Amino acid sequence: MEQSWRRAKAAFAAIALPPLTWLLLFFLIPLAVIWAYSFGENTGPVTIDLTGTFANYLRAIEPIYLEIFWKSILIAGLTTMLCLVIGFPVALAIAFASPRTKTWLLMLIMLPFWTNLLIRTFALVAVLRENGYVNFALEWLWNNASWAMTLAGFQPLGEFEPLKLLYNNAAVVVGLVYVHLPFMVLPLYSALDRMDRSLMEASLDLGAGHLRTILLVVVPLAAPGIASGVLITFIPALGAYLTPDLLGGTDSQMIANVIERQFKRANDWPFGAALSFLLMYLTFIAIAIQTTLQRRADRRGA
Amino acid sequence: MKDRYPRGASRRSILQQFGAAAVGISFAGGLSACSSPGERVVNFYNWDTYIGPTTLKDFQAAAGARVEMSLFSNNDELFARLRAGNPGFDVIVPSNEFVTRMSEANMLMPLDRAKIPNFANLLPEFQDAAFDPGRKYSMPYTWLVLGIGYRKEAMLNGETPNSWRYLFDSDQYAGRIALISESADLVRLCGKYMGLSINNIPDEALTQIEQMLIRQKPRIKKFHGDDGQDLLASGEVDIVLEYNGDIAQLMAAEGGEKFDFVVPQEGTLITSDCLCIPAGAPNPDDAHAFINYLLDAEAGEKITREIQYPTPNAAAAARMDAAYQSNRAIFPPADVMAKSEYGAFEGDARARMYEEIFTRISAA
Repeated sequence: MEQSWRRAKAAFAAIALPPLTWLLLFFLIPLAVIWAYSFGENTGPVTIDLTGTFANYLRAIEPIYLEIFWKSILIAGLTTMLCLVIGFPVALAIAFASPRTKTWLLMLIMLPFWTNLLIRTFALVAVLRENGYVNFALEWLWNNASWAMTLAGFQPLGEFEPLKLLYNNAAVVVGLVYVHLPFMVLPLYSALDRMDRSLMEASLDLGAGHLRTILLVVVPLAAPGIASGVLITFIPALGAYLTPDLLGGTDSQMIANVIERQFKRANDWPFGAALSFLLMYLTFIAIAIQTTLQRRADRRGA
Repeated sequence: MKDRYPRGASRRSILQQFGAAAVGISFAGGLSACSSPGERVVNFYNWDTYIGPTTLKDFQAAAGARVEMSLFSNNDELFARLRAGNPGFDVIVPSNEFVTRMSEANMLMPLDRAKIPNFANLLPEFQDAAFDPGRKYSMPYTWLVLGIGYRKEAMLNGETPNSWRYLFDSDQYAGRIALISESADLVRLCGKYMGLSINNIPDEALTQIEQMLIRQKPRIKKFHGDDGQDLLASGEVDIVLEYNGDIAQLMAAEGGEKFDFVVPQEGTLITSDCLCIPAGAPNPDDAHAFINYLLDAEAGEKITREIQYPTPNAAAAARMDAAYQSNRAIFPPADVMAKSEYGAFEGDARARMYEEIFTRISAA
């Protein structure tokens, strides 16, 4: 029988205390310090006066930084969309696989998490660069095609030109999709797995095609999973900085790269803090939108 | 030979990436906490691959104090680590500008010259320094220059790219160029290309530099985080802005004969990494002894053999072979050196201005 936590206050407190203390000590307090810095002024190389100034925020909403924010939102948005498009069929396939296969497929999705993000990104560099595996494979195909054409009496193809796959914005999006796909697949899978299958059968029995069933029955039923998948993909993608740093070109700066440089090279913690908090406010807005949509959906469902 | 120069493991590159991943590589977690009572320990905070293979053991045998080395990837990381107070380091290796910055912020301890007799081993021009008048806080460990590393066969008509023009203001190697992503270094070298001094670049020249780099940006493949030698080696680019030692390590490795290094005729930026004792060091006596040991002729020779950077230690350099002493990548010609300058610490406001220029260039 389910029991309200009010009936077992002592037990609840005993369980909740360690994580709450942890959260307070290592998350809220440091965050509050950074928040305070965002209203501070540099008075020396290592000293910050908390003067309550809004100058850092005013500087952070200058057009140049807003443009970088906007660009980061676009890149994160594109990443999220691609993750959804790729992740939905994957999650559907896993949800409908036999229990034995399901375990294996889920493990394959989680496997990348066992490797450090940096190592995975470097691996992607080795795959995408001009002397990388994609280009090696293409060169092999090209040379074979060329050889086949000479056999058939045609002119051979010209010299193979390696594709420039790395150090541009496309590489950043590929890298972000690669890293964030599991974040999308797992919530989608849990939503699809819990879904009442009889509704799909009803839809098919009543004459809807497979595609129509997926779009009109499965997708709406999986909406909460989609919403949380979108959110937990979008937020880390928005704050990505390793991926644009390692895979991006000269045009791939995202807001987190700018923030990192404020804390390091520019030694301007107050401004870096202000930029971080603007990023965090954006995150809050995204969460608020998701909650509103969720509540509206719940009300419709109820 | 090739084992001695592991490719990619250069002074700055690998750890920098780890730093970027926020993995927080830190071998100094507990610092001196792990030593047994009575044992003397020197906590040494150094760049990666920046010490001789046996140096630390040799020092322990000679002086009886154990050296615990931890690694940082760039000056910013070193500074950030000590910003809120010394967590227990005895000897650190900041570059010249950061010697000034840290001494101005009272983060360094004045050195006791009487405890460093090996000071006499240093070349006369390194016995004093504009960035640390009278060598009050620092002893020189190495010096290095930025220049152009390139793939010989990719150069048009086999020319030597001996001008900054090829990197900053030309489409000759469009799409095959990588520049370092250090804002101050970039801006200052562009100033050098325009015939200006590296220090006190006037504001209108800064505007011109920004426009020049924005114009050049589509031809640049990557602003690299000091791993230019890897981009060169993997064939991703043909011409990079890098430190002499990084390219010298690449050239000394297998297949290194395809690459070369040149310091452009306009002159360049000289950096010097220095040994300092941070304020609040727990063991200043052994720290002095360790610095003195690093400036010893034999110890200096072993270090230099390993790291392939120019040494300011005359006694150590005299023991090196001709291949090192005549290596053009390690020692640029005297006429170019005469046109080169140290970058002075021009204050935090200036550093922020350079950073903002770089942000605008990247966003353009």
